[in-house]
Amino acid sequence: MTFDAGGAHRLSPRVGLRPEPFGALAYHYDTRRLVFLKDPLLVELVEALVHHPSARAAVDRVVADAARRPSFLAALASLAGSGVVEPQHATLRETA
Amino acid sequence: MTTKTPPLAEQLKSGLDAPICLTWELTYACNLACVHCLSGSGRRDPRELRTAEAKDLVDQLAELQVFYVNIGGGEPMLRTDFFEIVEHSVTNGVGVKFSTNGTYLDRAAAERLVELPYLDVQISLDGMTPEVNDAVRGEGSHAKALEAMGHLRDVGFEDFKISIVCTRHNVDQLDEFKALADDHGAQLRITRLRPSGRGVDSYHDLRLTNTQQRQVFRWILDHPEVLTGDSFFHLNALMTETGDPNLPGLNLCGAGRVVCLIDPVGDVYACPFVIHDEFLAGNVRDAGGFARVWRESALFTELRQPASAGACASCGSYDACQGGCMATKFFTGLPLDGPDPDCIHGHADEALAAVAAGGVLVPRPSQDHSRPGTVGVALTRKR
Repeated sequence: MTFDAGGAHRLSPRVGLRPEPFGALAYHYDTRRLVFLKDPLLVELVEALVHHPSARAAVDRVVADAARRPSFLAALASLAGSGVVEPQHATLRETA
Repeated sequence: MTTKTPPLAEQLKSGLDAPICLTWELTYACNLACVHCLSGSGRRDPRELRTAEAKDLVDQLAELQVFYVNIGGGEPMLRTDFFEIVEHSVTNGVGVKFSTNGTYLDRAAAERLVELPYLDVQISLDGMTPEVNDAVRGEGSHAKALEAMGHLRDVGFEDFKISIVCTRHNVDQLDEFKALADDHGAQLRITRLRPSGRGVDSYHDLRLTNTQQRQVFRWILDHPEVLTGDSFFHLNALMTETGDPNLPGLNLCGAGRVVCLIDPVGDVYACPFVIHDEFLAGNVRDAGGFARVWRESALFTELRQPASAGACASCGSYDACQGGCMATKFFTGLPLDGPDPDCIHGHADEALAAVAAGGVLVPRPSQDHSRPGTVGVALTRKR
């Protein structure tokens, strides 16, 4: 599944997020994969996703430095690839 | 990503608020007597955690957001409350991966296991043939392990693990192990042999030769889907010779930093391979429980300090291999701030020869749970 920055996203409910000094550990209970979020701002962003109409809107709000936004969008795309982040209606679509 | 923080590996070395995962040996009781058993298991320790204590420990781990535990032993399925503890764990958000020799994993057990969420099973096997496997794990153990795998496959347990400790006798069977795993819809896991527990006596007969270590390194790079538990990170020293990329994983000694071991009586050690008084950090029965041991013990605090490269400081590979495995150095009588005995450049050979010549006190495991008269499988040193 390709990452659509224009779509609404959320932290997957199948993922446990544990705060750490460097950011957070994310553990996906289905894939058993552990992912490191190496920046506290990225953690904040991932948690904020659900409150925004699109991933891009969340980045624009959370990441003050516009020059850094592309790298955060890329990080979100990577997290979507590993299932840590998912479209907000993923479950509905799968069961439809 | 641009950050002002130090690299992740450096931060992990200074420790986490809780382990990423930990190993929990449920019992020292075992029906087998593998010659390389890292916990020297056999007889049950009468002081082992009772059911209520075990479940309370699970609650502590859940509170700390430890995502999963590696349960082992001994043979964990020998505990009559095995399922009670495992079910309590997975229903409280602490996933379980447990290692078993398969003896007690019959059809009924497989049917029960396949129903549990967040549960992985790992069947130990150390040879594709009874000849190779049973020389290490004991008569009949090959057949029992394969029976258990058959049950898991028959009930549709997907992606269970087949776990191999690489030895000089089975290293040429890696392709066959892989085919066996594929045939069962399982995942292959290969790990490094350590001289811990009874392994202290079998290590020199079983350890890989230098050539075989290079063979394993290549094989791992060619099979990225095979799990390794990050256990071969000392081989990253080859990177500087061959230009190959790093092995996947964190590539650092996680002892007391990101991992630890809880033994059957609740003692907390720095890692599963150092069950020795020198690496004992505390006990989960102490005031403050596991969290206090993890966060405040003097031993773990010390392990999280920057390590000295010692004798490895002048070697160009140190950044890649980090000097190797602390436990392996300790139980072979080598200094902890020098090369790993399996240093791929052979930098430990001289020190090993000195130890073999005598005059160096090689540590023995602080405890032995072997059943009397069960050890003594004949091993031949294959060159």
